[in-house]
Amino acid sequence: MSATASRDPDILVDIRDVHFSRGDRSILKGINVPIRRGSVTAIMGGSGCGKTTLLNLIGGRIKPNRGQVLVDGQSVPDLDTDALYELRKRMAMLFQSGALFTDLSVFENVAFPIREHTKLPESILRTVVLMKLETVGLRGARELMPSELSGGMARRVALARAIVLEPTLIMYDEPFTGLDPISKGVIAKLIRSLNENLGITSIVVSHDVAETCQISDYAYLMGDGRIIGEGTPAEVQQSKSEFVRQFMDGLPDGPVPYQHPSSPYVDDLTGRSP
Amino acid sequence: MNARLTLATDVLRNLGAVVLNTLERLGRAALFLVEMLSGVPVVLRRFILIAQQLYAVGVLTLLIILVSGMFVGMVLSLQGYNTLVKFGAEESLGLMVALSLVRELGPVVTALLFAGRAGSALTAEIGLMKATEQLAGMEMMAVNPITRVLVPRFLAGVVALPLLAALFSAVGVLGGHVVGVGMLDVDAGSFWSQMQTNVDFQTDILNGVIKSVVFGIVCSWIAVFEGYDAVPTSEGVARATNRTVVYSSLSVLALDFILTALTLGDI
Amino acid sequence: MNRKTLELWVGLFVAAGLMALAMLSFKVGNLAAGDVLDGYEVKAHFENIGGLKVKSPVTLAGVRIGRVKAITVDKQRYKAVVTFELDGRYRNIPSDSTAMILTSGLLGEQYIGIVPGADEDKFLKEGDKVFKTTNAVVLENLIGQVMVKLTEGSGKK
Repeated sequence: MSATASRDPDILVDIRDVHFSRGDRSILKGINVPIRRGSVTAIMGGSGCGKTTLLNLIGGRIKPNRGQVLVDGQSVPDLDTDALYELRKRMAMLFQSGALFTDLSVFENVAFPIREHTKLPESILRTVVLMKLETVGLRGARELMPSELSGGMARRVALARAIVLEPTLIMYDEPFTGLDPISKGVIAKLIRSLNENLGITSIVVSHDVAETCQISDYAYLMGDGRIIGEGTPAEVQQSKSEFVRQFMDGLPDGPVPYQHPSSPYVDDLTGRSP
Repeated sequence: MNARLTLATDVLRNLGAVVLNTLERLGRAALFLVEMLSGVPVVLRRFILIAQQLYAVGVLTLLIILVSGMFVGMVLSLQGYNTLVKFGAEESLGLMVALSLVRELGPVVTALLFAGRAGSALTAEIGLMKATEQLAGMEMMAVNPITRVLVPRFLAGVVALPLLAALFSAVGVLGGHVVGVGMLDVDAGSFWSQMQTNVDFQTDILNGVIKSVVFGIVCSWIAVFEGYDAVPTSEGVARATNRTVVYSSLSVLALDFILTALTLGDI
Repeated sequence: MNRKTLELWVGLFVAAGLMALAMLSFKVGNLAAGDVLDGYEVKAHFENIGGLKVKSPVTLAGVRIGRVKAITVDKQRYKAVVTFELDGRYRNIPSDSTAMILTSGLLGEQYIGIVPGADEDKFLKEGDKVFKTTNAVVLENLIGQVMVKLTEGSGKK
């Protein structure tokens, strides 16, 4: 069944039965996430459930213990460094912190991938960079240094830098975290419009249910290293699953327990070791 | 009895852990150096990257080196005069000042100052780039952070340190001249001629330069590695910066002894 | 920072560093002083050379005109053979000149001083030998002699 899926040209990223552990702690316990070309796919879940690990697997920064990670038909963990770098030129990742280079201006930050990978003349480079900055509405901020930007602006600059080489895939790591409602709205609109206008396949990893559901075509819910629910945002929101309900409604206790695993309270207080 | 036994095994286990960790880090540092060296040809073709770092590592360290060099030269002159004058050999003052600077103090003090000023800054900068995901971001943009960020800094350090050491010694000799000839009335002619006839280009100056090149490699390697290997938190970066200064200073002093023993050949 | 200013500063730094190296080599060290232009080699035998070393200066009337190139031992005559190189600008040194091993100052380094002879036709040339030599003053011998003189003097009284 999965063999047929790999030949499906509609699937850009295919994650199959992936296991990953760091030391003794297993983070991903066999997950399957196919991502359609040209879609906005949301991956939602609580903090520390392995969402960012998933992005790192797709980007080839870590290797799975078991299972397959396919991007555009290529098995990412098996690529050598050169092939991996070649593949990465076609994907972009937006880090939570923006990861702007602090010693370069906004303009130079956006120009960075072009300068590294192409030999475009300065005049064309300038045009391209200004176009991308215009897309995110920050053409006027080109001379500023990253330290002078607000969180939302920094993320928009990072977005401009991510799209400057026109990638086929963008991964957003927590794009809404720590932003005010206006900035959240701006980022959400940008993600959607980039997807619609440029056809960029997008993966949004987030725990902001409202914004994420609003912009995504399909959503996966992760918990404890597994996929616990999937479907269109509407389907997920209607789901009867206790897990999904707890997450979507933000309940403090439920299948995800309020208590961190521990010995019985009374034993702990009276000093009786288990 | 039982408690004592567990204490003993705990101590032994901690010792073992320290040794293993140290070995592991040394191994990683060595592999890292190999990786950097393999990236050197790529970086040499983009000279502007090295030039930028030469500014940060060299030009910004210049002032502290020049000022320290001058004072060290002046002190050497003052101290040397007071000893030499007892033997009526004060015309050898220039020789004494020059030899001390060129052979020892120039390379060593420069390397120590370099570790404190430029090395710690390098570690902090790279550590923070790691902590703020700038290095990871670069990787995801298909740019190798080792060749783009680390190798230029390493090379700049290797080039800058010998130049700084030469400046330190030169300014030190001039400072010694100011004090010896200007204030203590040593004859200027003998100050310079004694120096010129007895300071040998090969055994003294060339060996001093070799020392400073070795120190340049070691200090830059430690600084860059500690930054790259830092735990990506503010505490981790602070610790790494601290380690850079300590390890660089210790390595410089130990290597200085080894190199001196090798070049003088008395041991 | 502007790229031009950066390049200027780095250029200045590198130039200053190289100049310092050059100063150390030529002004502090003996890289220039060791050079003898268009030199010719002359040998001399000494009973005792004291602390003379390779590269020690050779002077004429106090002016440096060459340097010691090699020091060996003549195995048959048990003498030190000092080969020194003289600058080509000084080719009219009489062949009957004397080579003396002198000391600069009481404890200073030793060097060869040439005292010109009277021969006006024959000059030293490549491969020649200086026959007249004066040995190094060995401080211990000197002190010994003085002691002998002093005790002799006191004995006569």
